[in-house]
Amino acid sequence: MGDVSIFLQHLTNGISLGSLYALIAIGYTMVYGILRLINFAHGDIFMLGVYLTFYGVIYTPLPWWLVFILAPLLTGFIGILLEKVAYKPLRGSARITILISAIGASFLLQNLGIVIFGGRPRAFPVPQLLNHVIKLGGVSINVVTFIIPAVSILLLIGLTYFTTKTKTGLAMRALSKDYETASLMGIDINRIISITFFMGSFLAAIGGILWGSRYPQLMPLMGAMPGLKSFIAAVVGGIGNITGAVIGGFILGLGEIMLVAFLPRLSGYRDAFAFVLLIIILLVKPSGLMGNKVTEKV
Amino acid sequence: MREKSKTHVTLIILVLTILGLFLANRYLDAYKIRIINLSGIYVTLGLSMNLINGMTGMFSLGHAGFMAIGAYTVGILTMPVSMKQMNFFMQPIVPFLANVEWGFLPALLAAGLIAALFGVLIGAPVLRLTDDYLAIATLGFAEIIRVVFTNTQSLTNGALGLKGIPNHTNTWWSWGVALVTMWFISFLMKGTYGKAFLAIREDEVAARAMGINLFKHKVMSFSFGCFFAGVAGGLMAALLGTIDPNMFRITLTFNILLIVVLGGLGKIGGTVIAAVVVTVMMEALRFLDESIDLGLVQIKGIPGMRMVVFSIILIFVVIVREKGFLKRTKGRELTYVKN
Amino acid sequence: MLKIENLDMRFGGVVACNNFNGEIGNGQIVGLIGPNGAGKTTIFNVVTGVYKPTAGRILFSPNGSEQHQLTGLSPDRIAKLGVCRTFQNIRLFGELSVLENVFIGNHLRVKSDVFSTVLRLPHYVTEEKRLYEKSLYLLEKIGLQDTRDEKASSLPYGMQRRLEIARALATDPKLLLLDEPAAGMNPQETKELIQFIREIKQEFGLTIFLIEHHMDVIMEISEKIYVLDHGVLIAEGNPSEIQRNERVVEAYLGVG
Repeated sequence: MGDVSIFLQHLTNGISLGSLYALIAIGYTMVYGILRLINFAHGDIFMLGVYLTFYGVIYTPLPWWLVFILAPLLTGFIGILLEKVAYKPLRGSARITILISAIGASFLLQNLGIVIFGGRPRAFPVPQLLNHVIKLGGVSINVVTFIIPAVSILLLIGLTYFTTKTKTGLAMRALSKDYETASLMGIDINRIISITFFMGSFLAAIGGILWGSRYPQLMPLMGAMPGLKSFIAAVVGGIGNITGAVIGGFILGLGEIMLVAFLPRLSGYRDAFAFVLLIIILLVKPSGLMGNKVTEKV
Repeated sequence: MREKSKTHVTLIILVLTILGLFLANRYLDAYKIRIINLSGIYVTLGLSMNLINGMTGMFSLGHAGFMAIGAYTVGILTMPVSMKQMNFFMQPIVPFLANVEWGFLPALLAAGLIAALFGVLIGAPVLRLTDDYLAIATLGFAEIIRVVFTNTQSLTNGALGLKGIPNHTNTWWSWGVALVTMWFISFLMKGTYGKAFLAIREDEVAARAMGINLFKHKVMSFSFGCFFAGVAGGLMAALLGTIDPNMFRITLTFNILLIVVLGGLGKIGGTVIAAVVVTVMMEALRFLDESIDLGLVQIKGIPGMRMVVFSIILIFVVIVREKGFLKRTKGRELTYVKN
Repeated sequence: MLKIENLDMRFGGVVACNNFNGEIGNGQIVGLIGPNGAGKTTIFNVVTGVYKPTAGRILFSPNGSEQHQLTGLSPDRIAKLGVCRTFQNIRLFGELSVLENVFIGNHLRVKSDVFSTVLRLPHYVTEEKRLYEKSLYLLEKIGLQDTRDEKASSLPYGMQRRLEIARALATDPKLLLLDEPAAGMNPQETKELIQFIREIKQEFGLTIFLIEHHMDVIMEISEKIYVLDHGVLIAEGNPSEIQRNERVVEAYLGVG
């Protein structure tokens, strides 16, 4: 009985972590799908979302649930700003050039974080509603472990509806399938790209709030590793593919937790797990689990 | 005739450098000498990354990892036996390394060769990937190396790192290696193999059609780059005397990337200048991070400001360059082109 | 020299090439024509190893004695064996100089190893000098010697096409595949091109396989012509036979 409950605990942890990775991975995959750009700064947008929420709750009189809505919205706009400043001027340039700018943007945000927020760790203000322990089948689990996947699924459903049923969503998918043709069809590219960045950043911020509820320690560099891992999740699932990003996120989250659970000797290698997985997928099926092979026309 | 004047310029620069180093050692304080050493090391680093990224067009972000390999190789090989015992108090070092104590030159060569070996092992499977994927894959490898080094207590002393590495690096070593790197790469790029690298950068499909084996040449370029990165890592270890896995994060790669971008992708002379400028600026702008005591007034430093400035510079330079405001019509450069 | 047997090339559901059979004899100039999208460049791509065919073989015998199977070899292997090409959409090394573009074509024949080149050992320096002289000679042949130090991408379109040919010649090919060399040329230039092709064939002992839309070029210069339509070979023969062939006329003008 004990083993099963422990296993269930690990399972739920893995699903939780997987959901978090998935939320962040979606932002990467949406941007890459359209612009073929790895938005290195996405993980740091995630960090900004968390910190904005933190400051919103602690330093403003607004109720926490309102901040939990406003902060992600604000983060969405920061995402748009990021695109306009660092990526838009380089549209059409060589990939290496934009990648370098992306790395620069990531470092800029990280260090702005250090400058503005200070390097000292902060405690995320988790509301009582999310942070209490319940007993389930003889096991104590923090309710947040369930809330995370639940919220993620809701958001995912909303996103799927958006991309399949709305005009804007359709335009986004058209642009990611065939940029040139779609742009000739009278689609307002700038608007679509801005919306893409907005949505990705919004989701990342929500992921950040959930992350903070689960792992309440905030630091300016907290976005780097989750960001990288989430990108790997997106690649594993098939970059450009939203479902793939989610699947990848869960594979990564579950895998990481299971590794630590069943091979505690190797727990120091926890971070390396994602990278090893990345190398494997790049060697075996670079287009990802759900991706399509693209042949270059000569 | 052009060949002759190029050789003259090169010789003059060489003599000036030697003279400069001699004078520096005589008259400058330890702090400034350290900066000179660092800039020499960064020249090597910048050139080695430029070979891979700028000249062959492979976007590798793995440099920190190969530096780590080189640094630890030199650290372990040159450390006196007694020092090793003191370092590895948590878990003794692996037996075959316990009584090893090498001279600096063989250790540096070993650093380069082992880094190059890993470059081949790691590079071979992933070099065929396109830009962004290669970037992430190499970044992944650098992180894996870092994590492994943090966990292999008996080989690298894990998170504790190594202390007491003999300070063999002086300006002759750091700039000597820099000059060798400059020579190697410029001569490499003059020959047909270097031109093949450029061809791969310009158009892989066309390069293949002209008989250039992509795999062989990419691995070649990558392993040469890793070799010099490893040597530079070794120099760094012997300069600082202390290393630990956390030193070799992506921040390090970013600094080198900054140098390469500022100096110009594929430009040797520009990289050298950029390396010196960036190293000096890194130190000079330290005041942004720390407090300045002006006697009556104390201006509080803001940690992290330095990197903010550098990041802005990077993005700015990249965008401005792309928009063509800076025309690359510098007359004479120690470049790989022209014959 | 080149034998293409039962070549099939499919991309997913699209059949780019359907059971193509062709033969090019030593020293011949053979043309390949057909409406746009007929699959001509696909055949070039299969011959040069860019694509692996779904079915069929490519046999190459440069000397008449030895025979190589090209199918499944990588493009660089095939280039080393003596098959080189130009591209329909020009693929020059844009940022490099005109001279360097041609010079790079020599690399596959270089005998020195990389360390000899870095140390600039005498045997390499001599080799390099010879290769530069050869490259300059090729530039003179196409009339581009004055632009040798200019960036390849800065050249006008017609000159870029010629440069591609010079670069291909530097690889010492036995079989040269030209993909629409006359594209964008005016009548005067096409006349010069025809003359040029005849010259290089003579001087370098080449066999030439040629895709073209300029009918005057193809008819003037080819000894044999293959006609493709929607991936299928619909006619083969000498120029006059092809010109009289009804199916060919139909394919180009379209029926119904």
